[in-house]
Amino acid sequence: MGGWMDMILVLLILPGFVMLGSSRLQACLGALALQGMLMGVLPLVSAESPITVRLACLALITIALKGVTLPRLLEKAMRRAEVRHEVEPFIGFGTSILVGIVGLAVSFWLSTRLPLPGSTKPSLALAIALFNIFVGFTLLVTRKVALNQVLGYLVLESGIYIFGMALALELPLMVELGVLLDVFVAVFVMGIMIFHISRAFEHIDTDRMSTLKE
Amino acid sequence: MLLLIITIPFVFGALSFLIRATAARRALLIAGAVLHAALVASAWHTRPAPALAGWLALDDAGLLFLSITSLLFAAAALYAIAFLKREHHDKARRDFDDEELFTNAPEAVLIGCLFLFLGTMSIVCASQHLGLLWVAVEATTLASAPLIYFHRHARSLEAAWKYLLICSIGIALALLGNFLLAVATMNTGGHEMPLLVNSLVANARAFSQPWLKAAFIFLLVGYGTKMGLAPLHTWLPDAHSESPSMVSALLSGALLNCAFLGILRARQICVAAGLEEFTGGLLVGLGLLSMAFAAVFILAQADYKRLLAYSSVEHMGILAVGVGVGGIGTFGALFHAINHSLTKAMLFLVAGNILALYQTKSVKSVRGLSRRLPVSAGLWLAGFFAITGSPPFGTFFSEMTILRGALAHGSLAVGIVYLALLAMIFVAMATVILRMTQGDADGATVSEPWLAIVPPAALCALTLVLGFYLPPALADVLHGAARIVGGM
Repeated sequence: MGGWMDMILVLLILPGFVMLGSSRLQACLGALALQGMLMGVLPLVSAESPITVRLACLALITIALKGVTLPRLLEKAMRRAEVRHEVEPFIGFGTSILVGIVGLAVSFWLSTRLPLPGSTKPSLALAIALFNIFVGFTLLVTRKVALNQVLGYLVLESGIYIFGMALALELPLMVELGVLLDVFVAVFVMGIMIFHISRAFEHIDTDRMSTLKE
Repeated sequence: MLLLIITIPFVFGALSFLIRATAARRALLIAGAVLHAALVASAWHTRPAPALAGWLALDDAGLLFLSITSLLFAAAALYAIAFLKREHHDKARRDFDDEELFTNAPEAVLIGCLFLFLGTMSIVCASQHLGLLWVAVEATTLASAPLIYFHRHARSLEAAWKYLLICSIGIALALLGNFLLAVATMNTGGHEMPLLVNSLVANARAFSQPWLKAAFIFLLVGYGTKMGLAPLHTWLPDAHSESPSMVSALLSGALLNCAFLGILRARQICVAAGLEEFTGGLLVGLGLLSMAFAAVFILAQADYKRLLAYSSVEHMGILAVGVGVGGIGTFGALFHAINHSLTKAMLFLVAGNILALYQTKSVKSVRGLSRRLPVSAGLWLAGFFAITGSPPFGTFFSEMTILRGALAHGSLAVGIVYLALLAMIFVAMATVILRMTQGDADGATVSEPWLAIVPPAALCALTLVLGFYLPPALADVLHGAARIVGGM
């Protein structure tokens, strides 16, 4: 199973770079869907024991939510808000990719420095988790379009989720489902708000939301 | 019993989305609030049994915060009736600041979300499982974001967006904290340990200390964002100033406490693991930083609702300092949590009355309050003295208890900085608030609806009573709650 797991983990680097380097929101949402699918498969291939009903349920729900529903929801929000591109991010797309490469290197370095209890070799999953958390923060800080900030939040959340998986933590099913439900509702509410923002500010550029300041 | 306390708000919330008649929905709001308060009050008599295999249980800390939440919700529900009568529905209005046309969210959304907000906060107070606690804290954010966006104009949208995004990110970091905590438990024989507070506290000695420290830092940052500790408080002034006043009262008086409870749980486990000094230092540092941030922004604040919001940042800082110094300071902090909630909720409700008459949040435009709104002006002034910790209000005694704790267990420097910041904030708030009540009024005295006056007056009276008399039952619960987080 180890080989499959490593492959999925390596594939999880890809969506991060697409989101960092693309100005087209459609491409970013595609990357988000890919990431969601991979996240759903991950618990299945990482299991050392045979696949239980619990795992299968979780995988199915994750794929349905993160791989299909959330990207669809955001795509709808994007259509209704009539915005297709990121506008002038605080750092350019080329630079963003460079930042991503540096982030990836740092993540791998950090994962060698943080030995997990019970294992001596550096964990690939830990590196990927840190990389996704890093990409999430980069998107949150450097992007102006509200939709991209939601993407940043989702990537950050996925990174934390992979971190949990890297440690083979088994949260009770109820908690896992609760986390998924929270993320779903959060994105749902954010999607509605993006529509309102596009009406109120005639754009979903959060940089224009600057009335409330000291 | 405990399950009933938690499910009632959700049932009532669902009902208020379904009911079409306005009068019936408002009656439902009052009925739900009273029922919840009555059930919580009965929990003081007989403590409800744990439910869901120990995931839900009311310990002293949980009962304390649940009671505050329920009481404030009852006050906010009564006030909401007066508020909704004042709001003209279905008609677009001109915004007083930028002349923008806006409407209100449907009343069903307001009342329904208020109930969901109460339900999720009740789960936070009762949950003994850190995973469930996390899910519930995030759910409070989601239930309250539509409340902030009740007045549908650009500013409240901006506030709701910031609130939702910043708090969700903060809470995501707290999830990482939970995972790190789970890693820390792996030292104990390799088998998985449920993240139940009791079993964590019992085995805390065996946990891996570096991972536990990392877990505490992430939990502190994560829940601290929600609690409004500087420098992660940036969502707070916007959300508190843009939401309807009874929502601001609940955000400040109830929600911030719930996030504080999350930090207390983390502290509880760390104290059991012998990390009292490490976690205490972090709490005191963040607490003093929050007080300093608040002092700077309260100085020359031009908007009275933002003033109150920054004052919440200050008081959350005081709570963190109190718990951080430990000993008697912990008791002081928990007592202060009650006093602050009562006083701040009351001030926000009064601010709502002022806003309804003057139609502005600018301090400069409000003059002669004591002539135009005599009752609200009196409460505003009393609230000012209470929130700045003047005797004989309960806040004075809790702030002094924290000072005693700081001098006994912390250091002289902490005590001095703490006192200096309190004094600075007193002066800064005095200049703003006194200016509002005095001066000539250019209008006649306005009669105030009793539903807009009674809830804040009752809360004010309670703070005053707590300054003279601490009921033994409350003192027991306060001491019990302080003991579980390593104080006394």
